[in-house]
Amino acid sequence: MRKLMLAVVSGLLALTVSACGTGTDQAASTSGQSGAKKYVFGTDATYPPFEFEKDGKYVGIDIDLINAIAKEEGFEVEIKPMDFKGIIPAVQAKQLDGAIAGISINDKRKEILDFSEPYYQAGLSLVVREDNTTINGEADLAGKTIAIKKGTTGATFADELGKKYGATVKYFDDSPSMFQEVQNGNADVTIEDYPVISYKITVDPASKLKIVGDRLNGDHYGIAVLKGNKELQDKLNSGLKKLKENGKYDEIINTYLSTKK
Amino acid sequence: MSSSWDVIVDALPVLAQGSVVTLKITVISLFFALLIGLLFGLMSTSRSKILRGIATAYVDFLRGTPLLVQIFFIYFGLPPVLDIKIPETTAGILALSLNAGAYLAEIFRGGILSIDKGQMEAARSLGLSHGKAMRLVILPQAVRRMIPAFVNQFIVTLKDTSLLTVIGIRELMNSGEIIISSNFRSFEIWAVVAVFYFLMIYILSLLSRSLERRYAK
Repeated sequence: MRKLMLAVVSGLLALTVSACGTGTDQAASTSGQSGAKKYVFGTDATYPPFEFEKDGKYVGIDIDLINAIAKEEGFEVEIKPMDFKGIIPAVQAKQLDGAIAGISINDKRKEILDFSEPYYQAGLSLVVREDNTTINGEADLAGKTIAIKKGTTGATFADELGKKYGATVKYFDDSPSMFQEVQNGNADVTIEDYPVISYKITVDPASKLKIVGDRLNGDHYGIAVLKGNKELQDKLNSGLKKLKENGKYDEIINTYLSTKK
Repeated sequence: MSSSWDVIVDALPVLAQGSVVTLKITVISLFFALLIGLLFGLMSTSRSKILRGIATAYVDFLRGTPLLVQIFFIYFGLPPVLDIKIPETTAGILALSLNAGAYLAEIFRGGILSIDKGQMEAARSLGLSHGKAMRLVILPQAVRRMIPAFVNQFIVTLKDTSLLTVIGIRELMNSGEIIISSNFRSFEIWAVVAVFYFLMIYILSLLSRSLERRYAK
């Protein structure tokens, strides 16, 4: 009996060790039946029009893009939805091969991740309740409360605004929560990427939200990959290029946004 | 990249502040939870069918839904419908109190029922009213037996405060998440967060053990 236990335990140990040793390379090359390489991408499924759930399926600009790129480049994609704040740590921890979730490219993130070429220019906007007339730009934020999503460039921006104008910043896990916070009047303003908030206002007129002022910056979205995964990065860039050339890119953007930005 | 040590040192003040919020919310919530628990515990041991029914319904409902749902419901769900504003700390304390109150009601019920029937009978035959007998004879004995269960609920509630991160309360969990989302140092920060929770609960356990030694027997 003891011998059997010993054998089982050492067998398990050996398995674990070998699994750890090869890491994500092993996971990434686990091929489907077609023999194509499979990559796991994280996303934030509560972020329309870039990624959201419709009729039990994940859809949106980012989802369609990554699927189209995969088709062009001949690899398989598995989509893993999670809280936005968890996505970058998950890529770092090699739980994911990459992530496509409206991730703005910035220097801080570039230190720990590699990015594809930019695929969309987003930029941040101030969002307030429809009946709010006191906030018309960032200079009006003194003493106000800003609701923000953890781990976003909007959060970094809000932090700076908070310090500059003496505003309070409240952190949430997802966009619906921070929108609700402003709708309920518990925060005065939120900061969100322009296309996301403009889509939200268009499809949900009951949201009682409006955009004020100009876009605060000109962030570009990129697809994140594990640092040093040149192979995947190259595939993404070459796929993106092909989609832009053959018109598929515009088609995807226009499906979700009436005006191309 | 900065060293692990620097990352931790930078994070300590923020996490300590978060811990204070966590402790505050725990203590206030448990105070209200004790009142709620006592009330519904007494109701569920009363002779009135209606009171018992209300207490059972309360306990079943609050225990039968996840705390996370209750938090979202109170903070995001109720205000637009009732047209009121509920600040996040109020909503958090409300949710935790109502939830822990249901568990404490069961602890009170169990404690009261664990006291031999003869105690009540004896007290009543000495001329004490039901209420007086409960207050002076039954509860003091019952509460002593309940100490370990109380402490357990205290620990559970302290850990449950971490769920309040979803409504933006800057307690320990939320503080940790905010730091990681800007410096991406999951390992160091989660380790420190775990140590902070552990320390709070460990100190609490030591206190409770001395409390038990003094009163439980």
